[in-house]
Amino acid sequence: MSVLTEASVDTVSMPADDHLQGDLLEISMGPVHPSTHGVFRMNLLLDGERVVKLKPVFGYLHRNHEKIAEHETYLGSMPYTDRLDYICSITNNWAYALAVEKLAGIPVPERAEYLRVITGELTRLQNHAGLIGFLLQDMGASGTPLMYAFREREKILDLFEALTGARMMCNYMRFGGCRCDLPAGWMEQAKKVVDEFPRFLDEFESLLRTNEILMERTQGTGIVTREQAINAGLSGPMARASGVNYDLRKVDKYGIYDRFSFRVPLGEHGDVYDRFMMRLLEMRESLEILKQAMRDIPSGPHKDPNTKIRNFRPKAGEAYGRIEAPKGELGFYLISDGGPNPYRYRVRPPSLINLTLLEQMCIGHNVSDIVIILGSIDIVLGEVDR
Amino acid sequence: MNLEEIKSQIEANVPGCSLQILLNGSPSGQHSLLVDKEHGLTVASYLRDGASPKFDYCSNVTGVDWPLKETSTKQKTKKIVDGVESEVEEVIKTATGNYLEVVYHLFSMDARQGPLVLRMRTEDRVDQVHLPSLTPVWRSAELQEREVYDLFGVVFDGHPDLRRLLMWDDFKDHPMRKDYVDPDDYEYEPTAHDEVLKRMQAHYAAQGAPSASEETR
Amino acid sequence: MLGEGIIKGLAETARNFFGSYVNKERLTTVQYPEERLPRIEATRDFPFLVYDGDDWEKGLRCVACQICEKECPPKCIYIEKSKDKKPDAVGKPQNYPAKFDIDVSVCMSCQICVEVCPFDAIKMDVQFELSSDDRFGGLLLTKDKLAKSNEYYHEIHPTEAAGVDAALAEDREKEKEKQRLAAAAAAAAAAAKAAAAAAAPPTTVAATKDGAGSGGAAKEEAK
Repeated sequence: MSVLTEASVDTVSMPADDHLQGDLLEISMGPVHPSTHGVFRMNLLLDGERVVKLKPVFGYLHRNHEKIAEHETYLGSMPYTDRLDYICSITNNWAYALAVEKLAGIPVPERAEYLRVITGELTRLQNHAGLIGFLLQDMGASGTPLMYAFREREKILDLFEALTGARMMCNYMRFGGCRCDLPAGWMEQAKKVVDEFPRFLDEFESLLRTNEILMERTQGTGIVTREQAINAGLSGPMARASGVNYDLRKVDKYGIYDRFSFRVPLGEHGDVYDRFMMRLLEMRESLEILKQAMRDIPSGPHKDPNTKIRNFRPKAGEAYGRIEAPKGELGFYLISDGGPNPYRYRVRPPSLINLTLLEQMCIGHNVSDIVIILGSIDIVLGEVDR
Repeated sequence: MNLEEIKSQIEANVPGCSLQILLNGSPSGQHSLLVDKEHGLTVASYLRDGASPKFDYCSNVTGVDWPLKETSTKQKTKKIVDGVESEVEEVIKTATGNYLEVVYHLFSMDARQGPLVLRMRTEDRVDQVHLPSLTPVWRSAELQEREVYDLFGVVFDGHPDLRRLLMWDDFKDHPMRKDYVDPDDYEYEPTAHDEVLKRMQAHYAAQGAPSASEETR
Repeated sequence: MLGEGIIKGLAETARNFFGSYVNKERLTTVQYPEERLPRIEATRDFPFLVYDGDDWEKGLRCVACQICEKECPPKCIYIEKSKDKKPDAVGKPQNYPAKFDIDVSVCMSCQICVEVCPFDAIKMDVQFELSSDDRFGGLLLTKDKLAKSNEYYHEIHPTEAAGVDAALAEDREKEKEKQRLAAAAAAAAAAAKAAAAAAAPPTTVAATKDGAGSGGAAKEEAK
């Protein structure tokens, strides 16, 4: 912490007639800070408690995922995608598998599509449950809501472990399907989790949704308008909280999402409270999808039998595949030159692009509000820095 | 969405621009539109505001490095040398690449169409690496163009805040380029990935006879 | 009413707190080292090598084909192929790994080595308490630490192991049948040759060479 001198590069001109103006304070918040959800750093310029300027600093978790992938086989990159957004590895796998399937024209059997929807929506549930827990933790509701959320999340992680062998690094999708079929008894357990989940949501809503302190703090904080959201490329719950009706499950209808009936919740104000509610409402819709998918899942192969696992070489060309990941639009852009490794492998990270408007959202608010604004964006640094 | 249609739309409304459709060989069928860099910004703002459908959502921005690639193919031609027809082998050299490319994936929110793949190319990979920034048109390009500048070395003219994004500020090279060489002076720990083989070999070499430890078991 | 939301929330916490005395579901904590959750069958962490029978050195299924080494995304496997060959489960001479090391500090438990192994020789373990005070040596698992019996495999992944065993038994049966037929054919050929030329000592040599040749071909196929 240092008092900003006139020589500093980041000097901001203050209105000359502001007689109450004190010294501007330059603070580095992060990279090791409990509320930044990882190693994220913001250089703040403060006037008292008010934010005058904010510069995000990235790269503390940078490992050049894209370069690593250029040296790996197509299959070899699959476990690395788990580590992008390490909260929801299955949707990362899905996005990558979808891009490769577009690139090479691989069909996906019916049952595999249902497995993908079921695991993908479970991922959304556990991501949102974890996020609202963390968000409330950031708001000062220490412990209790987070633990309630993690208790539910753990039930879904148990399902993942029973299916894929790992709680978080699932590595479940393969090109043209999924790695393995459901083990015996899995579906019954999953149905039980899905049936009990609304009880948790009710509990959670009565816990804090109408809490006056929470509403006071979150409503009107960190507002993004619809036009700004579109122009800044925001996606997922972030954009929908600002009233952008854009859900890739409805727009692209990738996989078999056209078969399910569900609604897309939309926010009105684009503030932190709307983003918080967006997650709660989306979880209810995910449960609807899950119920339909679990009812309709057909039997059949879980993997395209003609796709080789080794020596996979797609024809030269390129493809951009995207899905509605819990955090927003997760895209993979692949260029193949006909070899066993991708020539170019690009991840379109929703967490990074949702941070574009961070400074604008924070300016004028207090430092404690930055924490909840950042919490409501839902970032995972594994994906921001790649 | 028809790429030809969009191309003629742009040509009618942005005078003087040269567009080229690049075909994509993969089953995805996502063909792209190559725009000359002089008209990049005008084409982009036309696409956002004037085109039908309006491409108001720029989802993905990325760079691709195409180093100079010389391919020589041998071709047999018949030539008449001193009145005698004989077959002569000729080596034909073709050079491709030697530019950096920036790719934009655009979508239309209302018409729900896309992706429209927009590409721009630099003149070479050394000093003529300037391209117009499309951040004034789509704010979403801001961080991603910074990333392309950082990892590929494309300089975006008109970008509001062109700094390195992921690497630190004093870093010299551009790591995503194909000819990037890993530095060998890192203070890294001996468990680094590629070194695992060498380290284990050295480990056994230091122990003496390779299978001696196993025999005693 | 102002404060209604807060009271509602506090009521919820109270319900959870008192509920934890009567309802097991509300008390989810497990006192870890003393108390453990039941293991989920599909759990995986680091790979191990399966061997059949009692002697781990003789029974290793691994034939050092090095596919897993090549496919391993973080390149944590190191294999050195043997110079000589040993008979495998069906008596076919095969290479074996003179060295087989896995650096578990690099391994990311992705299971790709298990998926690509054509011999069902490498499987995923469930042993996660691997902390060691030797940072490099302690996390470098050598062949003897990796080798675990098929019985152990059955114990940790019963369903999967039963499937693998059935498939292996079928393959081995087929292989034995093939060998028997080849031997019969070779014997017939030898007999015919012996009948044609009375003195022909190198026939037996030719027969063994045939056997070795087919083994090599099978391995090439697997690659």
